[in-house]
Amino acid sequence: MSAHSEAVEHSPSAGVMTFTKVWIGLLCLTGIEVFLAYMQTPVLIMLVALLGLSVIKAALIIAYFMHLKFERLSLFLTLWPFTVFCIILMLIFLGDAFRVPGMRPPL
Amino acid sequence: MSSHVTAAAPSLWEGGRSPYATNSKKFGMWLFIASDSLTFSALLFAYTFSRVANPNWPRPFHFSPSIIFSTIMTFCLLSSSLTMVMAVHSMNHGDRKKAAGWIFGTMAGGLGFVVLHLSEWMNLINNEHVSPSSNPWGVPLFGGTFFGLTGLHMAHVTIGLIYLAIIAQGILRGKFKAEDVEVSGLYWHFVDLVWMFIFPLVYLMSVSTGA
Repeated sequence: MSAHSEAVEHSPSAGVMTFTKVWIGLLCLTGIEVFLAYMQTPVLIMLVALLGLSVIKAALIIAYFMHLKFERLSLFLTLWPFTVFCIILMLIFLGDAFRVPGMRPPL
Repeated sequence: MSSHVTAAAPSLWEGGRSPYATNSKKFGMWLFIASDSLTFSALLFAYTFSRVANPNWPRPFHFSPSIIFSTIMTFCLLSSSLTMVMAVHSMNHGDRKKAAGWIFGTMAGGLGFVVLHLSEWMNLINNEHVSPSSNPWGVPLFGGTFFGLTGLHMAHVTIGLIYLAIIAQGILRGKFKAEDVEVSGLYWHFVDLVWMFIFPLVYLMSVSTGA
């Protein structure tokens, strides 16, 4: 089978240059994260910054590497809003974690 | 009698056509990824909960070698994602040999990740005396949550390596189609995606403040 006839019809996608740019962007964001850890940034600032950077990195991977940016909107709407909602629901219990140290009986 | 059969064309949702314009394998993998995201989120949440509930949570990762090692591991996974994208790109253009080459490159990145991760585990087990049930810092939950979370991720990477090996040998024999490579790519990128949260939350947030 010739290479041409085997080529499949696929939805519009980014080119090699775009993928390389995304990869470089991801490496830069990782570099920033490691720099923050190296500088011993205060915990709260560090947590917010790291979570923010991680969400950006995840969005880049899902959009470009996993091709979701080029899929139908219906696929995105079926999969992700509810998944993210369920993940956020888990945080409801986090308040208990702050109360646990005060509830331990003294040794 | 005039015909009113020439009504509107059937909508996408009336069957016979895919409302997502995607094949069933890819949609199935997306559903798996959504459910597995919840599994990893629950484990990350358990780790965070335990950490917040224990003010004396250990910070055992020295910048050198632990953080340097885990940064190189991150580089391996990110680079393997790029090579996987290239494999899908080559397969979409009908170049099977090139696609297989890119998949082998992806596997090399994944293998590098697993080897470095195991050496990091060995360092914690042998030098810091951490096990899933005990550690010198008196917070047993640290070992349980750390090994549980990173172990499940490493299991996913290992399964991914086996999956990619099957796909690579298959496309060299002319067996699989471009969509099969794309589906395996989705799985591999998801493994990378999960690490983008484990690396900062587990490693970078626990850098040793000591000298």
